[in-house]
Amino acid sequence: MSTTSALQAPRRTPWKISLGAIGYWLLAAVFTVYSVFPFLYAISTSLKRGSEMFEPRLVPLAPTLFNYVTVFRDQPFAHNLQNSLLVAGGVVLLSMLVSLPAAWALGRVEFRGRGLLLLSILSASMFPQVAVLSGMFELVRWFGLYDSLGALLFADLMLTLPFTVWVLVTFMKQLPKELEEAAIMDGVGPIGTIFRIFLPVLWPALVSTGLLAFIAAWNEFLFALTFTISTEQRTVPVAIAFISGAGGHELPWGPIMAASVMVTLPLILLVMYFQRLIVAGLTAGAVKG
Amino acid sequence: MELAVKTESTTAAPAAPKSVVHGGGIARHRSRWAWALLAPMLLLLLVIAGWPLARTLWFSLTDAQLSQLGDWHFIGLDNYLGEYGVLMDAGWWQSVWTTLRFALLSVSIETVLGLGVALLINHPSRLRTGLRAAMLLPWAIPTVVSAKMWSWMLHDQFGILNHYMVALGILHAPLAWTADPKLSLFAIVLVDVWKTTPFMALLTLAALQMVPSDCYEAARVDGVKPLAVFWHITLPLILPGLAVAMIFRMLDALRVFDVIYVMTSNARETKSMSVYVREQLIDFQQVGVGSAAAMLLFFTIAVVTITYAVAMRSRVEKASA
Repeated sequence: MSTTSALQAPRRTPWKISLGAIGYWLLAAVFTVYSVFPFLYAISTSLKRGSEMFEPRLVPLAPTLFNYVTVFRDQPFAHNLQNSLLVAGGVVLLSMLVSLPAAWALGRVEFRGRGLLLLSILSASMFPQVAVLSGMFELVRWFGLYDSLGALLFADLMLTLPFTVWVLVTFMKQLPKELEEAAIMDGVGPIGTIFRIFLPVLWPALVSTGLLAFIAAWNEFLFALTFTISTEQRTVPVAIAFISGAGGHELPWGPIMAASVMVTLPLILLVMYFQRLIVAGLTAGAVKG
Repeated sequence: MELAVKTESTTAAPAAPKSVVHGGGIARHRSRWAWALLAPMLLLLLVIAGWPLARTLWFSLTDAQLSQLGDWHFIGLDNYLGEYGVLMDAGWWQSVWTTLRFALLSVSIETVLGLGVALLINHPSRLRTGLRAAMLLPWAIPTVVSAKMWSWMLHDQFGILNHYMVALGILHAPLAWTADPKLSLFAIVLVDVWKTTPFMALLTLAALQMVPSDCYEAARVDGVKPLAVFWHITLPLILPGLAVAMIFRMLDALRVFDVIYVMTSNARETKSMSVYVREQLIDFQQVGVGSAAAMLLFFTIAVVTITYAVAMRSRVEKASA
């Protein structure tokens, strides 16, 4: 990597350095504004009130938390937040619990049919959600879960499970085999190996996989839209999509932006804090092989 | 899929030596444990993915309605080919066309942009960490939220984009980005590109960082120009990684739902295949027709996936031969 710099910014002629550097800084600035501006503008809008809403100023003249109060007053937004937390947390817990042992089996044991299994798990992650929608609808009704969080917990697993298994298998394969051999010598069984020996070493992988699963469940829209109907059972993405004014046809953009900021800020903080782990998880799912 | 193909050949190593040391008993014991530990996951996957998929396929051959899912008649392929079948519906074909245009447009823009961003971040500099954080931001924002944010920025009367474009003289009058049928697909592509370029850039970056540095050193010694280095060394080396990222994004784009549903709801001009399916299933309660459309989307995605898997497998075999 260090060599690319030598290529892209030749050191010999001084004016060339500055030209290349200016270009680089310019591009970096444009890119940063492009990435960050929409969210900053959402924050700005969420702090505006009245006619100021409709002026394109970035820093509000009279910042107010009015829109935030409105969201909680006019919507069961606290309920929606709690729903999202419960569903996403439950999905993460369940998918980790089930996929960790499975990842050991697929990543560390050589058995017949393993390649085929891996392939079918991967293809399950390619399913379009709508391809299971009617079957899932029937299933949800059978279990009496329609319009309840249980339905979402259940349905979202379809999205996260293939993916968590897949990523954990990739991480599991990278562990040194001496670790497991020592365990076998000590007479530790597979379950002991997974939870007492691998788990402590694998925690970065678990955090990254868990976070990705959390984000997927937190953001899930189609199932939540279809399997819940009452406003109290909605998760935040659906709640935000359905925030509408009291009769007027212009949407209440202030409260929508306030809700959006509240839903997004925790995610952004998590992603920024665990940046490296997230990047490792995302790329493990796709490039390494 | 590349991964699955490769894993078979590369991971024979960890388990194999043990069976040599300890004999066949341990290997049998371990594979029995493997199946036992796989069972919960496989069972769950069967219930939440396999069974609903099979039921959807079955429903697509019946005249089931959402209000009475139990009361149906087998009608063969009528939902596909009948007078009111999906394949006879101009609306379906329009949604296919919309989805294809959306997928091709957004994936190609994301690939180029993602490559640019990856090159920018790969450049060693003090800005690197900051740039990487800036890149991850749109990725961390839920699709529904980014659709709402951009809908507000693209608002026909109060949108900040219209405001500045008019102020700078790029536009004469504000445009109705999301309401005008001629513009709405582009608005959707714009939002999708903003939201998913980070994913593309991330995978491209991973590929870039796997390029051995002696390639660059050799080029530098030979005095090759930067552009030529990129064109003849970097690009060919990252192409496989880029292809994987593109196919992942393509499969994602073909089943697009959230961004379109939030930005333009069921508007005819921007209805994707997934939006069409949900409209039939839930809004019109036509489970039979909706399931048929869902299966058509499923098969489309399956064909893309299998084609890709076969292409990859033959390439891997060629490479290892």
